[in-house]
Amino acid sequence: MSSLRPDLAVIAARIAPDTRVLDVGCGDGALLGSLRDAKRVDARGMEIDAALVAECVARGLSVVQGDAERDLADYPDGAFDYAVLGQTLQTAQRPDLLLGELLRVGRTAFVSFPNFAHWRTRAALLWGGRMPVTRALPVSWYETRNIHHVTVADFEALAGAMGVAIRRRWFFSGGKRLAGSGANWRAEFALFELSR
Amino acid sequence: MPAAHNLLTLPDPLPLDGGGVLERAEIAFETYGELAPDKSNAILICHALTGDQYVAGAHPVTGKPGWWERMVGPGKPVDTDRFHVICPNVIGSCMGSTGPASPGPNGAPLAMRFPVITIRDMVRGAIALLDALGITQLHAVVGGSMGGMQALSLAANWPGRAARVLAIATTARHSAQNIAFHEVGRQAIMADPGWNGGEYYAGAAPAAGLAVARMAAHITYLSEDGLTEKFGRNLQAKADGTAGAKSFGFDADFQVESYLRHQGSGFTKRFDANSYLYITRAMDYFDLAEEHGGLLAEAFAGAGARFCVVSFDSDWLYPTAESRHLVHALNAAGAPVSFVELSAPHGHDSFLLEVPALDRVVAGFLG
Repeated sequence: MSSLRPDLAVIAARIAPDTRVLDVGCGDGALLGSLRDAKRVDARGMEIDAALVAECVARGLSVVQGDAERDLADYPDGAFDYAVLGQTLQTAQRPDLLLGELLRVGRTAFVSFPNFAHWRTRAALLWGGRMPVTRALPVSWYETRNIHHVTVADFEALAGAMGVAIRRRWFFSGGKRLAGSGANWRAEFALFELSR
Repeated sequence: MPAAHNLLTLPDPLPLDGGGVLERAEIAFETYGELAPDKSNAILICHALTGDQYVAGAHPVTGKPGWWERMVGPGKPVDTDRFHVICPNVIGSCMGSTGPASPGPNGAPLAMRFPVITIRDMVRGAIALLDALGITQLHAVVGGSMGGMQALSLAANWPGRAARVLAIATTARHSAQNIAFHEVGRQAIMADPGWNGGEYYAGAAPAAGLAVARMAAHITYLSEDGLTEKFGRNLQAKADGTAGAKSFGFDADFQVESYLRHQGSGFTKRFDANSYLYITRAMDYFDLAEEHGGLLAEAFAGAGARFCVVSFDSDWLYPTAESRHLVHALNAAGAPVSFVELSAPHGHDSFLLEVPALDRVVAGFLG
């Protein structure tokens, strides 16, 4: 599992064996494949990109091509022990509704996203006066898929407003775990474990 | 038709959804690859409306390659070095299995005395064949178009029989538009005086009617972009090789007309008009939800198989929305399902043609 992105590696370690997992925006299926092989997890995925779905199916994974904001509605309540949304929240039209759907189909949710309040982002905006292009946000404003930038503090406020319980949180910078203090300044990426 | 088809006579009467039975029904079939000693590597391939059991290798009637030659064979996505592939000719068809051209009790062809059959009846025939061959568990059932309907019907009605279900360019029900196109084809056949109420086997077949049916259907298998790219408004060159010109008559001036006429007349040499009536009827009757109390998810409640559903973005006969409808039901039933809409320019026929992404999905899903 060492090849997994840091947030996915944490998620993989947190997920109990022999459970049911839905990875929303599963990409090439790296997390799902790892969970299936290492923990006998009933691993399902949803991915919008047909080429990536074909790659997942070719790896023997059960992945449905779909748009999370439309197609999560297909799944019954509580169909999964865990629902994962890895660095996809900020691309949603309505992140709040997507979060609600995630916690409808999954009893526990993992959500990770790039933190827009990281000091590099703040500095780029403050001193440069331009939309930041950083290590964590490498794409220019006009072509990025990130349409709803979010900070650690914003996300915690949304969770509070929605009555969602934050079970655990992890922060990352430069591919490494950070201690939690000053996370809204220091974290490039954040990962939350949530439940209703 | 030459009598060289591989045939098995079913030991028991085959019950039909319409109420009757087929006595001593014959199933023509082909197999490819070796069956493992523990019989664990069998894949059932179900053919489409005008397909047959000759999946790969030279077709004994037409001399052309099998209809899925590019998908099935040694080292191919359905790898016959590893899997034992069985493909039956559906009942009602005309490539050896019992159908309207088969003799009745008095020795004359059954013609319209052949009972109306359903997709489930076709699968019942395939299951009876598997029983006779001693194959109790399939590694997979695979089909495109009407073959996909059979694969879904098998999963819904014989749960546990197949471990994997691969349904390509298909639907869980025929739509009004699907039925409408089929009705055009049937009416073209029945309007041909040669059809004669189905009693034409002693004389000339209703080739003109069957050709028109095929022409209309063939349009539904292609995409508008595909037709435009292939033919545009190009004129057909004359027989003497000179450039085409409008004839100010009703010859096949346009290349697309010439192509369709060729498709139509070629089809009549290998297909029986009555079989076309019966099989299109079976497809029109197909509605998997209706068979299961109106809820498609109920059809798959105990299926116990992994599913893979594939659609093509240019297929307007069984468009992606139909596959999504199916995937929705499979998810609601909690079945492990993969779904992908592949981009391909060829319309519904994409499942038969060069689409490398399909090869990867098929090979990966079959494992």
